[in-house]
Amino acid sequence: MIRHLLSGADLDAATATQILDTAAEMATVAGREVKKLPALRGRTVVNLFYEDSTRTRISFEAAAKRLSADVINFSAKGSSVTKGESLKDTALTLQAMGADAVVVRHPASGAPHRLADWVDGSVVNAGDGTHEHPTQALLDAYTMRSRLGRLAGLSVAVVGDVLHSRVARSNVLLLSTLGAKVTLVGPPTLIPVDIAAALAPGTAVSYDLDAVLPGVDVVMMLRVQRERMGDSYFPSAREYARRYGLDGPRLRRLPDHAIVMHPGPMNRGMEITPEVADSPRSTIVEQVANGVSVRMAVLYLLLGGNNR
Amino acid sequence: MTAYLIKNVSVVGAAPTDLLIRDGVVAQAGPGLSAPDAVVVDADGLVALPGLVDLHTHLREPGREDAETVESGSRAAALGGYTAVCAMANTSPVADTAGVVEQVWRLGREAGLVDVQPIGAVTVGLAGERLAELGAMADSAARVRIFSDDGHCVADPKLMRRALEYVKAFDGIIAQHAEEPRLTEGAQMHEGEVSTRLGLTGWPAVAEEAIIARDVLLAEHVGSRLHVCHVSTAGSVEVLRQAKARGVRVTAEVTPHHLLLTDEVVGGRGELGSAAVAADWSPGASYDPVFKVNPPLRTAADVAALRAGLVEGVIDIVATDHAPHAVEDKECEWAYARPGMLGLETALSIALEVLGPQWDLIAERLSRAPARIAGLTGHGVDPAPGVPANLTLVDPAARRRIEPAELASRSRNTPYARMTLPGRIVATFLRGEATVLDGKAVK
Repeated sequence: MIRHLLSGADLDAATATQILDTAAEMATVAGREVKKLPALRGRTVVNLFYEDSTRTRISFEAAAKRLSADVINFSAKGSSVTKGESLKDTALTLQAMGADAVVVRHPASGAPHRLADWVDGSVVNAGDGTHEHPTQALLDAYTMRSRLGRLAGLSVAVVGDVLHSRVARSNVLLLSTLGAKVTLVGPPTLIPVDIAAALAPGTAVSYDLDAVLPGVDVVMMLRVQRERMGDSYFPSAREYARRYGLDGPRLRRLPDHAIVMHPGPMNRGMEITPEVADSPRSTIVEQVANGVSVRMAVLYLLLGGNNR
Repeated sequence: MTAYLIKNVSVVGAAPTDLLIRDGVVAQAGPGLSAPDAVVVDADGLVALPGLVDLHTHLREPGREDAETVESGSRAAALGGYTAVCAMANTSPVADTAGVVEQVWRLGREAGLVDVQPIGAVTVGLAGERLAELGAMADSAARVRIFSDDGHCVADPKLMRRALEYVKAFDGIIAQHAEEPRLTEGAQMHEGEVSTRLGLTGWPAVAEEAIIARDVLLAEHVGSRLHVCHVSTAGSVEVLRQAKARGVRVTAEVTPHHLLLTDEVVGGRGELGSAAVAADWSPGASYDPVFKVNPPLRTAADVAALRAGLVEGVIDIVATDHAPHAVEDKECEWAYARPGMLGLETALSIALEVLGPQWDLIAERLSRAPARIAGLTGHGVDPAPGVPANLTLVDPAARRRIEPAELASRSRNTPYARMTLPGRIVATFLRGEATVLDGKAVK
């Protein structure tokens, strides 16, 4: 098993599949009256969050607690070299406290990679800047597999602000590894340069959502921050919604079996309408539940739970 | 004053001969010299070059003496074969008054290891809003002729035009840090495949090329001298080639790191232009801020174009952009790290790696041309009877492994750590006084 989970690229097909299979077992725990396994008793998991993210933090916290780990929540919002303790000093502190795993969310891309250099425990990237969010990609893959029965051969459209999306990067890497075909859709200003060469050679790019929708099994909408229009990525929220938002008429262009995903939090009326978000095609709430199972699997496997 | 008799030295690659250094000048040159009172330096196998001249050095004093001082930077320079360095203006306080440039100049004199020629800021506080008192700095004891807001671009076209015009009165030159700031907001590394993979905001090549294109037109329009700092892209080389062909009075520099390293090292992949250096080297973990620099490391295609431009003469000189930083400014998240790399103690080795033993070309690009651009008389002159004894002796056969802890700089941010590089500086002389002997600083 790998020691850290920093990027979707850290996972080969076998490892990723092992995590998804383990997550399926973990999911059965959630249905029990006593939602707890003793697997990580006596192990310490630190949630080190330099950014507000209640949903990701409580998902990791629930995952660790269901495995009986001791959980320390360390919120260091706004911290940087100019304010307070440096990341390295924080790392040495966690090291001294005997953290077996550090789950880190950080506004700077690559911060988990730096941390992994400074601690002996496992580092799990819970979202770094505009880089990656590998457990989100795992829970998305898990959701697709449980809804559609497979991943290999699926056609997945990832729509929106790909440039600033850590979810998109991790999904492109993981889905390509698992044999799905990814098409990135958005205005040209929000598609990063050389994306296929950078991440996965088979990745396609389209600027036309309507043309892509009839051929996909999954459409994943990304959160688009309204502030982006201040930086001229697109002219207005209205124009964005007209060209790249998923609404009722577009939903009906999808094949009957296709599902709609969103990593949350949603901007209703911007990238997705309430009609779509609340439709039976939407897996948004399911994704949240699956997040706990997948994160249990990741912590269990990284901390060697299967060897004990 | 000690006299030195340098035996069997190859002057800029020529057949071995002897050099007698006495009273600050090269007194005699020719085979079989003898001088009983002189200290003999056995230079068998060594090459004598005119002392190197760096047009782009950050000495950090005043303000960040924890990262470098004029003295420690001067020592690093002498060990790198330099006899003169031009100290950039982005100190704290900024070198935008006669008082600050005279302070730096005086500290250089006191250290006595290289000639320290201060560069003055173009605008007050490097803020890009109004001209600093350029004339006062030119008339000061420091006799400033190069002006630069390096670290910041003089982005306002009107201000840049005025600066170019104004310094004509005292044969000054504006050294531009070419970076259109609106195109590099939040930029962290070269915009391309690697920045996309790593999720770091891109610094597009066009942000540099657009300013160089504008500035050569401005310099042409007002008939002034322009120098372009740290050229980093293939497109910039092309813009400069066209401008020079039209007769624009523009000169340009490239750094050693832009001649050797690519943006791939940021992602922990060691694609170097030089297989010999790369053989036992890898950049280590990804996101290591030791590789963060402005302008950023570019692609292999840019490296190839920069090398070709340097050989061709489109790029006039190699300048280090020696940028010391304290440990805490590099041992952190990539986005929070300060940009810049050490360069003085490794520049000649990189030039040797990139250009090979083309000694005349190395002397031209690292000594004669920068001395001419900076107007430093007495520097950049090949050792010959009667010329000031500013020279350095290189052992081209030596190879050395770079260990950050062994560098003379106060800082440790060399991107070449653990790399084995060709060439070693054996001795350096400043106006006939040894600053380096047996590869060690004399003081």
